[in-house]
Amino acid sequence: MQFPREELFAPGHRGCAGCGAAIVARLLLKAAGKDTIISNATGCLEVMTTPYPETAWRVPWIHTAFENAAATASGVEAAVKALKRKRGKYKDKKINVIAIGGDGGTADIGFQSLSGAMERGHDMLYVMYDNEAYMNTGIQRSSSTPFLAATTTSPAGSKIRGEDRPKKDVAMIMAAHGIPYVATACISYPEDFIRKVKKALSIEGPKFIQVLQPCTTGWGYPPEKTIEIGRLAVETGVFPLYEIENGEFRITYKPAKRKPVREYLKMQKRYRHLTDEDIERIQKYIDEKCKLLGL
Amino acid sequence: MCEVKVITGTSAAAEAAKLADVDVVAAYPITPQTTCVEKLAEFVANGELDAEYIKVESEHSAMSACIGAAATGARTFTATSSQGLALMHEMLFIASGMRLPIVMMVANRALSAPINIWNDQQDSISQRDTGWIQIYVEDNQETLDSVIQAYKIAENEDVLLPVMVCLDGFILTHTVEPVTIPKAERVREFLGVYEPKHAYLDPDRPITQGPVGVPDCYMETRKQVEEAMERAKKVIKDVNEEFAEWFKRKYGNGLVEAYNLDNADTVLVAMGSICGTIKYVIDELKKEGKEVGLLRIRTFRPFPKEDVKEFLKDANNIAVLDKNISLGFNKGALGIEMASILKNKKVCNYIVGLGGRDIRIDDIKAIIDHVEKAEDDETLWVGLKE
Repeated sequence: MQFPREELFAPGHRGCAGCGAAIVARLLLKAAGKDTIISNATGCLEVMTTPYPETAWRVPWIHTAFENAAATASGVEAAVKALKRKRGKYKDKKINVIAIGGDGGTADIGFQSLSGAMERGHDMLYVMYDNEAYMNTGIQRSSSTPFLAATTTSPAGSKIRGEDRPKKDVAMIMAAHGIPYVATACISYPEDFIRKVKKALSIEGPKFIQVLQPCTTGWGYPPEKTIEIGRLAVETGVFPLYEIENGEFRITYKPAKRKPVREYLKMQKRYRHLTDEDIERIQKYIDEKCKLLGL
Repeated sequence: MCEVKVITGTSAAAEAAKLADVDVVAAYPITPQTTCVEKLAEFVANGELDAEYIKVESEHSAMSACIGAAATGARTFTATSSQGLALMHEMLFIASGMRLPIVMMVANRALSAPINIWNDQQDSISQRDTGWIQIYVEDNQETLDSVIQAYKIAENEDVLLPVMVCLDGFILTHTVEPVTIPKAERVREFLGVYEPKHAYLDPDRPITQGPVGVPDCYMETRKQVEEAMERAKKVIKDVNEEFAEWFKRKYGNGLVEAYNLDNADTVLVAMGSICGTIKYVIDELKKEGKEVGLLRIRTFRPFPKEDVKEFLKDANNIAVLDKNISLGFNKGALGIEMASILKNKKVCNYIVGLGGRDIRIDDIKAIIDHVEKAEDDETLWVGLKE
């Protein structure tokens, strides 16, 4: 696949070394192109890219609050439609309206706004960049934090073994909205992610992509391992890659042989407290999930 | 030719949004506002209004969608009340901070708990510090006229602030009155097509809106909103005059309305529909040879400090009526503002009509009696049960 050379996500942002969210934004804009308006929820991505008067965005971009990237994008989409119809603005253009938010701003506080926007059928793509905790505020647990991962609000102690609930399956909940396109992706598979964004933007109506982006700070690994860890999440079946197009489910990457979950877990500080028994529990849970998806 | 329709306050607001040819409406129902967004839905369904109508899932999203739409360069409208306005609170600061000329009708209603759907002004008063211009109207005609004026004010480049037009729940929202409806072409000519010259989202001219305001710049943005509020005073007055030239109706000087103030030693100060009742009482007393005045505050934000001082310079007994209460201070918002401006005068504050409690003619007369006899500033809750 030929990636466009043009960088619409400018270098010089303030993300951590090895930041997966920056890779999400960069690939997303390469796929979407310049006729794009971004509505960004409060979070790492928003904070690290726009300390006034600097900006890393070479496309029109708006941030309003934490829980409403989808609702704000609804207004943008409606305005583009109205201005096209009533005043002939952008008449020869297809404008991509894209909302983007982290797992907290999507699965938790932004969930109502997301569900509303998807249910209303706005022509927009929502991208959830999933780093599995509130990284911007210092690594607190979100509903997208996986089972037994340690965060600052789900610490591993002598009585509790880290996060005590399984990861909320937002992509499947979005699929239940009956929208035309839902996919999962991971920054370690850029071609797959770009293909999915392009496909999503070619479809009219609401679309949702959940993209896994390892977080060096929150997960506890050296910055140069971001891509490797993301790949392991997929190779172990912890984060399966699939798409659901008009209700049709399809695995888009099938590992030849799934690697043991242990390989993925042992590289990250958030799992360093796990015993062999804990790892076995996680393996069993992942096996069951993969079986269900046909992996 | 104008048309006269006998309509409710919420219909008047909807008619005005239609006349303003709004591009985007974000709507969520709440009593007693709902009839406004129902009317707008009807207009859109019948092709009378060419707008995108977003049926949002909450008031928070209503305001978020309005912000998104206004930031994209569309003329936007929404309406809410009470808990809905409270739910929008966070987004109200963002709308004004981003300098977006959104117009919103607020059907004034009490806040929970206990839940109460009836009228007082606690909801919009509680949004006092959000950077929104607030206009309080007296009747349905003023509702229609004020929504039209609101776009002219909000979109003025010296202002660029959102405006809420507040009307008393049920008292105006559900009462029919004859309302003169100007011709659409005239209103469109008066307002002009909305072409924002300031920043908006456009792929041909990419800009970043709503970035991180570091300590080095945040205070300046607040100061700019404050300065725009100050400039809005003149713009509101000018728009009121201009509107009068075009449509032959005006509301005081736009900021305040003086009624029988010239020879009055006793003056009532109030906002909203209660001013109609007060004017009636004033007329009755005048027949008996007694001069009492009213200063109706039309814009609570920006607060017309200079006009208040000027109009009340000769009054000695000042009775401020508040349909809200700042709990822990035992005064209403208007009472607090007046006390801060009129330092050497006797200013009594009357808490009235909370949660739809009737304010009768006798109550107004009792307030006048009380303020005239009071020796110093006092706060009184009027109409409380024993």
